[in-house]
This record gives sequence, C-alpha cells and structure tokens, in this order.
Amino acid sequence: MSTDVVRIRTGVYHDSVSLMRVSQALTALPGVEVAVVAMATELNRDIATELGFDLPQTGPADLLIALRSSGPDVLESADAELERLLTGLAGRTTGATAAERPPRTVRAAARGHGATLALVSVPGPYAFAEAMDAVEAGLSVMIFSDNVPVEQEVLLKRRAGELDVLVMGPDCGTAVIGGVGLGFANVLRPGPVGVVAASGTGAQQVTCLLDLAGVGVSHVLGVGGRDLSADVGALSTLRALEALDADPATELIILISKPPAPEVADVVREAVSKLVTPVVTALLGPGQGDLTAAAETALRTLGVPIPAWPSWPSTVPSPPDATRLPGDSAASDASGTSAAFGVPDSSGPPGPPGALETFAASGSPGSPGASDASDSPGSPGRTLRGIYSGGTLCVEARLIAGTGEFTDFGDDAYTRGRPHPMIDPSLRLEALAEVPPGAVVLLDVVLGHGADPDPSVRLAPAITAAVARGVPVVVVLVGSSGDPQGLNAQAEALHAAGATVFTSNARAAGYAADVVANTL
Amino acid sequence: MTLPMLSGEPEVITVGADVLGEALDAQAVPRVRVDWRPPMPGTDDDLARVLADPRRTGANETAVGRLLSARPQLIGVRPAHEVLDLPKGTFLHAGPPIDWERASGPMRGALIGAMLLEGLAADAEEAGERLAAGQARLDSCHHHRTVGPMAGVVTPSMWMFEVRDAEHGGTAYCSLNEGLGKVLRYGAYGPEVLERLRWMGEVLGPVMRATLDKLGPLDLTSLIAQALQMGDELHNRNRAATSLLVRELAPGIVDASPGHAAEVLRFINGNDHFFLNAGMAACKVSTDAARNVPGSTLVVAMARNGTDFGIQVSGLGDRWFTGPAGVPDGLYLGAYGPADANPDIGDSTITETAGLGGFAMAAAPAIVRFVGGDVSDAMAATRSMYEITLAEHPAYQIPGLDFRGTPVGVDVTLVARTGLLPTVNTGIAGRVAGTGQVGAGLVSPPASAFTSALAALAEVAGHNRASAM
Repeated sequence: MSTDVVRIRTGVYHDSVSLMRVSQALTALPGVEVAVVAMATELNRDIATELGFDLPQTGPADLLIALRSSGPDVLESADAELERLLTGLAGRTTGATAAERPPRTVRAAARGHGATLALVSVPGPYAFAEAMDAVEAGLSVMIFSDNVPVEQEVLLKRRAGELDVLVMGPDCGTAVIGGVGLGFANVLRPGPVGVVAASGTGAQQVTCLLDLAGVGVSHVLGVGGRDLSADVGALSTLRALEALDADPATELIILISKPPAPEVADVVREAVSKLVTPVVTALLGPGQGDLTAAAETALRTLGVPIPAWPSWPSTVPSPPDATRLPGDSAASDASGTSAAFGVPDSSGPPGPPGALETFAASGSPGSPGASDASDSPGSPGRTLRGIYSGGTLCVEARLIAGTGEFTDFGDDAYTRGRPHPMIDPSLRLEALAEVPPGAVVLLDVVLGHGADPDPSVRLAPAITAAVARGVPVVVVLVGSSGDPQGLNAQAEALHAAGATVFTSNARAAGYAADVVANTL
Repeated sequence: MTLPMLSGEPEVITVGADVLGEALDAQAVPRVRVDWRPPMPGTDDDLARVLADPRRTGANETAVGRLLSARPQLIGVRPAHEVLDLPKGTFLHAGPPIDWERASGPMRGALIGAMLLEGLAADAEEAGERLAAGQARLDSCHHHRTVGPMAGVVTPSMWMFEVRDAEHGGTAYCSLNEGLGKVLRYGAYGPEVLERLRWMGEVLGPVMRATLDKLGPLDLTSLIAQALQMGDELHNRNRAATSLLVRELAPGIVDASPGHAAEVLRFINGNDHFFLNAGMAACKVSTDAARNVPGSTLVVAMARNGTDFGIQVSGLGDRWFTGPAGVPDGLYLGAYGPADANPDIGDSTITETAGLGGFAMAAAPAIVRFVGGDVSDAMAATRSMYEITLAEHPAYQIPGLDFRGTPVGVDVTLVARTGLLPTVNTGIAGRVAGTGQVGAGLVSPPASAFTSALAALAEVAGHNRASAM
C-alpha cells in the first residue's frame, strides 16, 4: 500500500538541475517509489499529475514536493533526506550572514566586483534581463539559455555593439575564454586556434578532434545558432572575428557556421577577407564539408599531420573489416600518425593510441555477440534511428547517413522546463528503449565540464539492453583527452556495453549508414 | 575591436543552473554567484516589454542623474497661502488623492483639526459634517510641490519650509514639525494641538523667516550628509540633523528676535524630529527634478494617505499606482498595541524615495531596536536596497559600509525582477481620529503598486515601439 504526500513551499527557489538531483537522490532511497521535487511550473505540475498526484493550487514560484512511498516509516526518512538536501542547496544560497547575501541580479553582481564576463542560464523568458544587465555593465555575456525571443537577441547584440562587448548566444552551449570552459566545455590545451561558432556541439567536435591531434585553442567564442540569420545579421560573428583577429594568441581562426542567410553570407565573407589572421570556414549543410573535414583542413593549414581518429569497434555485429571502417582509413599509416598523436600530456593510460590498440585487439572474430548479428543481417529495410543531444551533430549525421529518423533532444522543444540532455539523459534513454529490434541506433555522448559527470553509468545498461534485443548501437564520443569524465574510460565502458564508438561524428554516421545498408 | 575578457584573468558572474557554476569552481575560476529567483508573479510579459524599451537605459540615467545632482537649499519659511495655490477651504493631504469617504481615522482627525484651525467650523462635530458634505476641497500635497508627514494636512495659514534646488531650479515645501505625541499630523485635534499650531503660525514661522532672511540659503545636502555620519537615517531618527540645524540657526534666531529666541529654541530643541520636514522638502525637490523623463522606470514618489500606498514613476507623469496601505510592524508607545495602529500614512516615504530612511538604515544603528531588529538586520536592509536602486548617492554615505553611498532611485523593473520591496521606516498613527502617535516601525509597500506601474510602463513602451515603426 503506497502513500502519497504532496507539500508546497513558498519563498524558495532552486534551479531545475539542482532539484532534479534532489528528486533522483530521494527516488534512490529504499521504499520511495516516486519523488518529484520541482518548482511548480505548468510542466512540472503536469508531470506530477500524470504520476497520479493530487495537487493543490500553486504558483510557478512555489516549490512542489510530491512523494510516493511504501509507508509512513519510509516517508519519515525521505523527509529527513529531503531536508538535508534542500538545506544543502539553501546553504549555497544564503552565504554567511544576513548582511552578506549574494546579489540577486547580474546588475548587482557587476557592481563592485572585478568580473570580466557573465554566464546566463536562467529560463529563456528571463535571460534578457540578466544579459542586458551584463552588457550595460560593460561585460561580455554568454547566454546558455534557449527559448529567448529573436527580437531580444537583436536588441542585446545591438547594445553590445554600442558598448564594445560580445554577446555569445542565446542558446550558446560552449565557450572557452582564455582557457576557462563555460557551459558545456571540454578541457582543451592552450594553442593557436581561435574558434567562432554558431553551434556549440559543432565547436566541441572540431576542438576535440584538434585536441586529439595535439593542437590547442586560444579561445572558442560561441555566437548562438541564429546569429547568421537575416534577423540578427551576424552581429556577434563579426565582433568575434574582429576580436580574435586582434588577439595575439590566435594564429588561425575556424568559423563554424550553419548555412547563413544569403545577404548575411556576403557580409561575413567580406569581413573574413579583411582579417589578417587566416580563416578556415566550416559551413554545415547539404553539399558542404563536415566538421571532421574542417578540423583536418585546419591541421593541414597549421602543418600538423592528420591522425587516425580513435575508434572502438563493436563486437556486435561481427567486427568490421578494418579497411572499411571510415575512421580507420588512416589505419595503414597509424604508425606514422602516432607521432602527431603523441598527446604529450595525455594522462590516463591508455591514451588514444591505446584506443587504436584496443581496436586491433577486439578485431578478432567469434566474439560473443556475433550470433546476434546473424539475426539482423539480411533482414531488409533496416532503419537508422539518430538519438542526439547536440543539434549540429544531429544535422551532420543525418546528412552523412542520408537515411533514418533523427531527433535532436537538445532542441528547444525538448528542453522547455527541463535540463539539457547532456545533463539529464532520461528522454534519450526512453527513446533508446523504444527502438525496435532490427533498427540501428546512432547517438552522441558529449563529455566536458557541465555535462553528465559519468554518462556511461546510465547509458551502458541501456546500450547492453538494446544490443541484446538486436539493435546495434553506434556512439560518437565527443571529448578531449583532458576531460574530467575520462575519454578512454567512457569509450571503454560504452564499448564494453556493446557499442561501436567513434570520436568523429562523420565517421560514426558513415559507419552507421553502412550497417543499415548491410554492407557491414 | 579588442575584448578585455580575452586577455585578462577571467572572473565570471553566474546566474542560473548551478551545475554550470560548479563547472567553473572545478576549474578554480573566481566567480560571483547570483541568487536568482523568478520575477513577481504575472510580470513576465510586462517586464519583457519594458526592458526592451530602447529609451529605458538612457532615460533612467537622465532621471537618476537629476536626482543625484540636485542641490537642495533651505531658502526660507513662508505661509502656505503665499506660496501655494491654496485658496481658503482647500487642504492638502499626504499620499495619493483621497476623499472623506475613504479617509482613515487619523486623516479625518487632521482634516477636522484643519477646519478648526482655519475657523471653518465651530467644533469637531460641525467640521466632520462639513467635510462629509464635501465643503472642503482636498488635494494631494504631491500635486503642489509639497510633502507632509503622516496625515500631511496643509492649510493656508500654516508656515512652510521652502527648499530650492540650486542645480535645477525647482522648489518644494513642507510644513513645520509640531513635535511628538498628540499632534495634528497624527490625527489629533484637541485644544493643545490647535494652540500649538497657532503659536507656530504667529511666532515660530515669522522668527524662522526672519532668521533665514538674515542667514541666507542653508545647504541641506551637506547637513544631511553629516547627519548620516552621526547616526541618523533622516526618517525615524533626526536627532543629529536637528542638532546641526539648531547650531546653524541659533545665532540668527537670537539676532532676528531676541524676545522670542528662547521659546523658539526651546521648541526646536524639544523635538528630535524638527529637521524631518526640512529633509522631506529636500528629498521632494530632488525627486521632482527626476520627473517626466519619457521611458524612465524610476520611482519619483512613494506616499500613503492612510488607506492607499501610491507611487509615481518618472516616465508616467503624475499618474498614481496604488495598493492597500499595510499596517506597520514595530514597537508601540505605552499601552498601545497593533490593534490600535492605523494603516501606513504620510509623505515621509519621500526620504526612502531619495535614498534615505529605511534605505539608509545601516547608518542608524541606534534605532534598529525601535524598528524591530538588530544591527545586522539594518546592514542587510540597506544592502538589499542596492538590488532595486539605480545608483549610489555621491554625497550621502554610510560609514559602517565603508562610506558607500546610500542606495538611491528605486527602479520598478528591479522591484519586479527581485521581488524585493522598498524598506520603509515609519511612525505609526492611532487608527481612531484624535489619538495621535502610537508607535514606530517598518512597513512593506504593496507589491501591486509596483506591478500596476510596470503594466503601465509596458503599455507606454509598446506604443512607443509601434509609433517608431
């Protein structure tokens, strides 16, 4: 017999990610069936109602606590744990004494502090106020929030132009400023490449590949996915290009852009032509090069050898012929690239070269899953299911695979009122569980600061389950050798779960398409 | 173009998801964490429109710049009928406009006293009947460049402080302070009240006028600045300011009127709040300088009439935005208690509007108990007001905050964003007409006054944008 308890608290606020962690911790307690601890927004109310909780009137600024447990004893311990967790959150909120409360707006925070920039990740409808505070205080700002109206974006960027600061975003997922990673940011070594990116995961893919080739970055400046639209007119792209051109640490600029509006393309082209620093442009879209090709062009421009991009081939289905694996097209010169690959400060053994060895070692036939594979090859009409967290990676994979059903779970439609899939994999895990036998799954796992601290923990069992029911899983793992999650550890855990793992999205998509076409 | 952030050591302000801030902590990057909450309920759309008004930033800079650059000087003391458009039978009162019907006890008491003082009724009963019959014309002090403490009733025969803004040329008026206890401004109208008022008209006013005529303008900015450093917050504590004023005036009073000097000085010295009214006029003339800047979201008046709490906003002309006046929370005199308290009343919130009073609470540790708290509460009250104000006063500084300027210039959008309401110190009037003061404390303005002003700003911002297209 389960017991429901619903409580409402007023006058407290915590962000959705923090509360999600509290909910998860409570649900993990023995005897707790469901725990919803969330701000009482419409979405969260719907979730609780769907779970069968009976809710009183609330306002969006109220904290909703809904618990279902096996009995009153459990409830008591859950309550104690909830108190402990919420107090922990509040502790960060109130600081030492009443007189030293933290500022309540960016405007107040910018007064009397030596801040150099602001990172805004409040819900989209409220981002404008905080970002404008930063701009008007003379600070550049990164707007991680999405769902920000385009007219507000234009206002912010115009004002930034007047005040000589840069607006990165909205919906800017990553930036690296002077070695500091903001948002979802990989740990990148310092180096000569400056990146201007209209796409966060696009920038992460390119800079991680550069990292695997031993090349670092000066700065990565995100501009937001709409910056090159006719509405926004590349306001931030132009400023970012200019700033990197003036930056002594930047020797090469990579411009990562979605296909711009035609009139905007002309403006950007002209701006690029005036820069002193060489620019490699990665235009994403049909008929354009992919991100991996852009990274390779940059390496060529810098005179750095292009390595074989690490990959961990699956044992299920039967291991592909090494020569057919796009990622391993350079396998023949693997010995030659290992020098370029010499990732000097790669800490964890085995480093990426070890990954190649893993590849070779697992390339033996007769691995346990081989029998599963025999079910699917030959079955006609295999489909490809793309389950992505990175928008640009999703688009790129779809273009390269040329087939399949792709969903970008990082899209606004899936993040309204809930954390980004790089933090909370729940929606993607549900989608993965629903893929029918015979289909092939392609998904991305993005590492770095801000992302899930150990994504394979929840993903690996789901992959094992998928593979077990005859769904081959292909993973593109976007990460650098220095990322806190451990690139190799994650790759190996996903690989051990039965996935084929690539570090290049283009290679992963090509491989997945081959599996679908039964050529593997 | 160069971006300073690309070359300097990064220090990041974070607002929103803690996980992103923690990622910076993991990189040992110094950061300032904003304790963000959603704005006041129902303000999302209005905030978005007002914040997007391209005039807003410049307009607020202009408006608050005028408020800060005002140089109030006490230039004279004159009868109200000489300087104000105040014909016989017209009375000014505190707060937004109100009629007899909706007036609270102390407001009615003060109006009855005004009728008696001006000889318009033989007794209180007749005065009440005439007022109820609409035989006196009532109007807001604020509509006449005037402010009045508590009931704030001004009659033609009363003498007024005249304060001139030497920078912008404006003038503002406030009556002379009667002292504490049973006084007209708290709604008392007994014989002793009327007798004192008559003496003030016959002796105090003329002596003060003669004194100031001799002394010339008295700089109130510097006097207020000194008083803040001597423990006044200039609303509920005016002891230092009054002492400083007496020091300035005493020789002049003796010169101007040797015969009355002793009783005049005894009267002023006997009332720690004598300076309050001059300070209020100084605040009024400063905030009036900030009026009528199109697009500005700066609050230029906060005032209560004992029934409604109203605000006026620079970009919205003379419109009032009101909500129900709350009952102050504080300490009570003698046997009085909260049941005896009238809802919030008076124009003295002009001090908070100009960055004094509750906003300068950290300067006045001596009275923190009187307004219900300890010294750290006072510090916190002032610090929290920096969240909702546009500027810090260059002259009004708080020693206990390392001489930081007081928080000045309430911005309606910041109130809506933070949900923080202005901290207001106030006296508490008895709810029954004729009672007088029953205590003093703190009061919170109604949020609806600010949200309705925000809605009006949003409407104006929308019109402005539409006409620009």
